[in-house]
Order: sequence, then structure tokens, then C-alpha cells
Amino acid sequence: MAIADLANPSRFLRFANRTIPWLGGLTVVAFAFGINQAMVAPDDYQQGATVKIMFLHVPGAWLGMLGWGVMTIAALGTLVWRHPLADVTAKAAAPIGASFTLMCLVTGSLWGRPMWGTYWVWDARLTSVLLLFLLYLGVIALWRTVEDPSRAARAAAILTLVGAIDIPIIKFSVDWWNTLHQPASVMRLGAPTIDPSILIPLFIMVGAFTLAFATLLLAAMRNEILRRRVRTLRLMQASAVS
Amino acid sequence: MQTASHLDFIVAAYAVAGAVVGGLTAWVMFDYRAQLRKLADLEKRGFTRRSAHGRSEPALEQAKEDA
Repeated sequence: MAIADLANPSRFLRFANRTIPWLGGLTVVAFAFGINQAMVAPDDYQQGATVKIMFLHVPGAWLGMLGWGVMTIAALGTLVWRHPLADVTAKAAAPIGASFTLMCLVTGSLWGRPMWGTYWVWDARLTSVLLLFLLYLGVIALWRTVEDPSRAARAAAILTLVGAIDIPIIKFSVDWWNTLHQPASVMRLGAPTIDPSILIPLFIMVGAFTLAFATLLLAAMRNEILRRRVRTLRLMQASAVS
Repeated sequence: MQTASHLDFIVAAYAVAGAVVGGLTAWVMFDYRAQLRKLADLEKRGFTRRSAHGRSEPALEQAKEDA
């Protein structure tokens, strides 16, 4: 099947139905392996066992930004090509991205309390991630408020494109401003500053969470396509009654 | 750095992550079943997606076929 064929909702449904069980199974295996590796990873010489929170916090941050990235590409699909599957992708990705961003914020707070002595500071990194979470809520609210899906898609797409400015701000906030949050230690020029004994489990957990994200996104897109079919039939029902 | 002294923070973080992944999984599964139920209900009432175009294949059949 060519990638372009998936642009057809019925073909996409068939693809999703075939793929979701395999992706789900792979996700479970990856999580089992990743959590095992995370548990046997050594404590950090400074942060002790709390470094185990990093195996959740970093994937949460990555997927929060990945979700907005997916929505940004979908927003271009909505505004430029007016493709319905782009709307479906954007709507399905929003609650998933929001959930992982919330996970990033909460696990970050739970890591910050023992390490920094506080759950929260208004530094640039934390604030820009909180802004991302609020942007997600704004997009979800738009989808729920505007009843016509194509109008909602356009409004959400514009907000998504504007909100995309926050992604590089999140990434470079630790370089541009003095923050309590540590500078980049994985995605940076030069080698990661983390020891391989901790870095490898981190990569495995990032992979497991990314598989979970892909599975959930496919499933949520399938649901959204079915929801639109239900809506079409209800409109037919309403017009038949009147 | 004592592992035990921060165990509560570590356990809480893993509980939050479990709740997020578990909650999202439950949401997509229940939503999927709800949409299939709604399609079945509409089909019972005689409204099918293909019927709008003069074809006979019911929407639920198609959804099941897709599944």
C-alpha cells in the first residue's frame, strides 16, 4: 500500500485495524523491557535514585513536543490542501499530546521537589512547557466549541501554527535564559552528558513511549473517522425526519 | 543520596505515568466501542452511509469489515 493511499479514510481504517494490534503488542514489550532496564540502571552520583523519574519526564517532554509537531504538519494539511484526514489527525493528536505534556509537568515537579527544594519555579523552561499545555487545552476547547468540523479544523489549525512558536522556545529556553532547569543533556551539540548506563535505558523508554504515542494516535484517528460517519448519518436522519 | 528517602516521589511519578498511559488507552478503547454502538443503532433505524449514494452496504457492516 502506498502512503498516499492512506489519505483515503476507508483505506486508513483498514490500515489502522491491521496495525494497531501489532503496534500495541510491540509497545507492551518495549515498556516491559524499558521499565526493567530503568529499574536496574544505577543511581546518579548527584541525584541518586530520583534519576529514575527522568525515564518518564524526558519521554513526556519529547511526546508533548512531538504531538504539537504532528498537529503543526496536520494544520498545514488542513489550511493548504484542505484534506479531511489532516483534520482528523490534528483533532486526535491534541488530547494525547496534552496528556503527555501534563505527565512531563507533573513528573518534573515530583523530581524538582527533592532536587531543587520546590515543586515549581517560573523559569523559562517550566513556563514555556506550561504554556504548551495551555495551548493544547485551547485547541481541544476549540474543537469542542465549534460544531462544524471543517470550521473547527481551520480555527484549530491557525492556533496550532501560532502555538508552534513555543516549540523552539521550549528547546532553547535553557540556553537563552538563566533557568533552574538544567541545560540540554541529550539533544545537544557534541555527545550527551549522561553516562551510557543511564542513557541507554532512557532511549529504550523514549522508544516505548513513542510506540505508545503512535498506537494511541492511530486508534484515536480511527475513532474520529467513525465519529464523523456517525455525524453524517445523524444529519441524514435529521433531514429525513424534517 | 538515600534511595528510600525519595521513594515516595519516584513511586508517585510512575503512578502518574501509568495513569496517563492507562487513561489514554481506556479512552480510545471505550470511544471505539461507543462509535461502533452508535453506528449499529443508526443502522437499525435504517440509516446507512452508503444508502445516501443509492448503494446497499450498511455502515456497520463496513465498519466491521474494516475492523
